[in-house]
Amino acid sequence: MKFVKTVFIVLSAWFVGSFSFAAGGGGYVKDFDFSFEGPFGAYDQTQLQRGLKVYTEVCSSCHGLKYVPLRTLADKDGLGYSEDQVRAYAEYYEIFDPELDDYRAAVPADHFPAVVDAGAPDLSLMAKARAGFHGPYGTGISQLVNGMGGPEYIASLLTGYTGEEKEEYGSVFYENTAYPGKWIAMAPPLYGEDVDYDDGHANDIYSEAQDVAAFLMWAAEPKMMARKHSGFVGVLFLVLLSVLLYLTNKRLWAPIKKESISS
Amino acid sequence: MSGIPHDHYEPKTKGEKWLNSRLPIVGLLYDTIMIPTPKNLNWMWIWGIVLTFCLALQIITGIVLVMHYTPHVDMAFASVEHIMRNVNGGHMIRYLHSNGASLFFIAVYAHIFRGLYYGSYKAPREITWIIGMLIYLLMMGTAFMGYVLPWGQMSFWGATVITGLFGAIPFIGEPIQTLLLGGPAVDNATLNRFFSLHYLFPFLIAGLVIVHIWAFHTTGNNNPTGVEVRRTSKAEAEKDTVSFWPYFVIKDLFALAVLLAVFFAIVGFMPNYLGHPDNYIEANPLATPAHIVPEWYFLPFYAILRAFTAEVWVVQFASFVTGGIIDAKFFGVLAMFGAIIVMALAPWLDTSSVRSARYRPMLKWWFGILVFDFFALMWLGAMPAEEPYATLSLIASAYWFGYFLVILPLLGIIEKPGSQPTSIEEDFKKKQLKKADKADDYFSKPDATPAE
Repeated sequence: MKFVKTVFIVLSAWFVGSFSFAAGGGGYVKDFDFSFEGPFGAYDQTQLQRGLKVYTEVCSSCHGLKYVPLRTLADKDGLGYSEDQVRAYAEYYEIFDPELDDYRAAVPADHFPAVVDAGAPDLSLMAKARAGFHGPYGTGISQLVNGMGGPEYIASLLTGYTGEEKEEYGSVFYENTAYPGKWIAMAPPLYGEDVDYDDGHANDIYSEAQDVAAFLMWAAEPKMMARKHSGFVGVLFLVLLSVLLYLTNKRLWAPIKKESISS
Repeated sequence: MSGIPHDHYEPKTKGEKWLNSRLPIVGLLYDTIMIPTPKNLNWMWIWGIVLTFCLALQIITGIVLVMHYTPHVDMAFASVEHIMRNVNGGHMIRYLHSNGASLFFIAVYAHIFRGLYYGSYKAPREITWIIGMLIYLLMMGTAFMGYVLPWGQMSFWGATVITGLFGAIPFIGEPIQTLLLGGPAVDNATLNRFFSLHYLFPFLIAGLVIVHIWAFHTTGNNNPTGVEVRRTSKAEAEKDTVSFWPYFVIKDLFALAVLLAVFFAIVGFMPNYLGHPDNYIEANPLATPAHIVPEWYFLPFYAILRAFTAEVWVVQFASFVTGGIIDAKFFGVLAMFGAIIVMALAPWLDTSSVRSARYRPMLKWWFGILVFDFFALMWLGAMPAEEPYATLSLIASAYWFGYFLVILPLLGIIEKPGSQPTSIEEDFKKKQLKKADKADDYFSKPDATPAE
């Protein structure tokens, strides 16, 4: 029995870390530090705002965010803009209104527009849809231990261009160390100092990449703070309940156990 | 209802008598909850309650999710995002539901392996075991169809691969596949029928759970010794048992609370860890993912499915004998379902007269290897279909079948079982004495806790 138990425990421990999906020959993903990592990590509001600026001025020309409602920019544990600021920001976008059968300026009730012309993927869920955290050997341990995930991949990708290019069948591909398969169709979007931050924060390519990666994490998982809070309250409550139930159980069984020895 | 003699419900007040003579529901519930349960059940007997909880959790969260979900290929993915972003508490409800499936399967595997180790499947509990296997099959169907509903890339391609398995059945395969899909390929009709069945199956499971409980309440619980409760008189039965309420209800609730604390940590802090990231990309029939991987709880059987390729001699032999009717693909399908069927047949394959592996010195080792084999298959199912994983998968699959088809029947003949206790009372007493001894040793050791 002891042997079986040991085998079971060892394997269970390993198994928890191994919800292994085979990694598809992934590229190199650097472990960036993000403020929202760990059970108590939270979004850095100013970083998200900087990330939005990068998205607006650079990414949004090719990529949409069609699942993200503009009004959520006012979320308190997200970017935390005032309603007036959100309204002003929304006007920046033109969206097609099927009722008017015409284009009009967006309002907070609208979503970010989908951008389809460039053939670039939508970024709403990119931070959850991109891997880069399955290693080593498909065990998922690096995600568990280092908290590495989609935002690390995005930041690595944006800073991973080597400058090499090649042309194939009339399309240009760019070498990127983070991209699985190495050659990516997207031209380097960031070079450093692409945007001027309102808060005067450094705008080198690493800062910009991390800021926009953090923003895209928020876009993919806007309720992360609420979720962690619920999780923490749940764990706290259940641990307390466990202790009480343990003591109840101990007391309940004590006479039965005592009787069995004396009989 | 139970074969173990115990006190039955006696209506006392006038109102109780009135109800009882018309509908004896209180008596039924009383006898169910007060059933005499072997004193010596260990911590592996908690999974039943955990599973019942999981079923309730999945049904309740599922019903709420359906209120906001749209089963249409153009809207399903967006409606899930609507739940995640706009529905009050929707993100938690969805994460509880998707991770709830994982908790459900962890519990069911622990429950099944508990049964295999302590011989819970043996006479007179074969019906309980068979119904349990049917529940497990329905769970797999439900989980698979549920995974299709968000209409992500893995939903779509998983559905394509799994329904394709049915197409491998000779002669009748293609009509079955068309019936499952509602058309020539995975499309809106598929999504709609999967949605309908995903809502139906849990209630079938609930019905079977009642029969499962009815069956083992008739035979009485198994226990770690495998020795039956003495039932010649009530007094004797009482020495071996305690009533389910409150003794095991409180014990099981404690275990459930501990498990749920871990569960909430996963839901709160890493809810997507067990899922595949590709499912956050909307289904695209034109772009096949590099690797199509099922959810973790299907991986062991997925590995068995893939293990039998056309290079394996058993497959070539089967193909030759049947004149090519059984090809490699169909063989794989047969192996996958066969792996569950041989497990369901364990009551008749196991020839040993001893129930619990505790008193079976050889089975212990083979069982340990089976547990290892199960985890190995799980890992192999997630690896790409190439060497060395292909050969390892074949070896691991062979062991799975070997355990049920060769080892279980053979061990009953060649194994010399150890001596079993004469009663549950004796086993329980021995365990308590051992514990008391340990405690005495600990406290009487002078150097155990130095003064400073």
